[in-house]
Amino acid sequence: MPNQASISDDQIELLLADVLDHYGYDFTGYSRASLKRRILRLFGLDKQVSFAEFSYKIGSDSSYFKRFVEQITVNVTEMFRDPLFYKTLRNKVLPEFETYPFIRIWLAGCSTGEEAYSIAILLKELNLLPKSLIYATDINPVVLEKASQAMFPLSQMKQYSENYIASGGTKDFSSYYSANYSLAKFDDDLKAKIIFSTHNLVSDHSFNEFQLILCRNVLIYFDRGLQYKVLQLFDNSLGKLGYLALGTKETIDFSPITKRYNRLEGEKIWRKLSEGM
Amino acid sequence: MKGCKALVIGGSAGSLEVLLKILPDLHPDLGFPIIIVVHRKEGADFLLADLLSSKTALTVKEVEEKEDICAKTIYIAPSGYHLLIEKDYTFSLDYSEKVNYSRPSIDVTFQSAAEVYTHKLACLLLSGSNADGVNGLKTVKSYGGLALAQNPATASVPYMPEQAILKVKIDHVLHIEDMANYINSLA
Repeated sequence: MPNQASISDDQIELLLADVLDHYGYDFTGYSRASLKRRILRLFGLDKQVSFAEFSYKIGSDSSYFKRFVEQITVNVTEMFRDPLFYKTLRNKVLPEFETYPFIRIWLAGCSTGEEAYSIAILLKELNLLPKSLIYATDINPVVLEKASQAMFPLSQMKQYSENYIASGGTKDFSSYYSANYSLAKFDDDLKAKIIFSTHNLVSDHSFNEFQLILCRNVLIYFDRGLQYKVLQLFDNSLGKLGYLALGTKETIDFSPITKRYNRLEGEKIWRKLSEGM
Repeated sequence: MKGCKALVIGGSAGSLEVLLKILPDLHPDLGFPIIIVVHRKEGADFLLADLLSSKTALTVKEVEEKEDICAKTIYIAPSGYHLLIEKDYTFSLDYSEKVNYSRPSIDVTFQSAAEVYTHKLACLLLSGSNADGVNGLKTVKSYGGLALAQNPATASVPYMPEQAILKVKIDHVLHIEDMANYINSLA
């Protein structure tokens, strides 16, 4: 990584303004320390020599901009990440939907899709999958392309299987995929219930009404102002008695929507009380 | 250094016992925050905060994202996240790739703190079995901050402070029993 002192905060701000101007992608509400680190990481990764040239390339070369978006957003994820969270989904949240005619779930910031398939597996085991639809969205088209292939490295399956068991799964995890060389291909019936689509939490609007919205480890990259805005978007997109699930270190406590929600004891899951309160 | 604005302590294997020894002697009105980044298994964070809290009159808490950084407080980096510091003296968290096989990575927090606190930052590297933190100390030095290391002879796993002393111009190599007084004198 280059010496951080060599790139000023003003240069970063100029780049962000440029990106907004040229492409309509607004990163100005992102937490700067993390964002700057990601930008410098790409700068080093691609062996760029001057920041001015690097910025120019981002602003003028749309295919390089695609790479920029792909690389500065964080795409680290796994199946059944935080197994105890999935245990709560399995035992407390999803069973509430049993009587519903139709279940819509929004997974915002789905990255390469590991969590989407995990949720589909839970729904299947609870016999809810046929009447469910998972909308898995991300700002980054490259990860969505990967997610829609339903293939993950076989080498990860041991870890994922352990997570699955820790989350309360009792089946043989390998029954959900077929091994194909170094990849595990997940079953089509899971994928059939997931819609992968781009959605930018910063600029795009609500697109449906959901019973459950999951957005884990995304808000940490946003400043407080943008966090409020996105939480408002989630609030507008959640039906009465719907659930909102965030990452381990995230909260709605400081936002105006908090008064309309009850938190599940000990969990980063909140339930919407009722409309208009 | 006088007028220290923040002290960041990094450590891995063998660092907890050092922390337990120095915390009781820290001044209860310490004029700057202490930020602790230690490698450990994910989960059971509150146990560490509780354990350290029992040894000092200072407030000990696990970091919450976007929280203001205050003096007289010891902050602990949550497991599983990198800990970064914003220009407005708040914390932010980052779930990106591990650095030096570690998340939280000591390098990441040292570097981020160096950018914000520049020459008013002190960073101390304790016992540990890998070199996470060493590059961070280089950055701290480049901003004019203070680079400190535990005396490897007193470390149960000396590799980490040894690497620091080998690769960075360390300002002070500290014995465990001198650390608390030294920290108190930075204010």
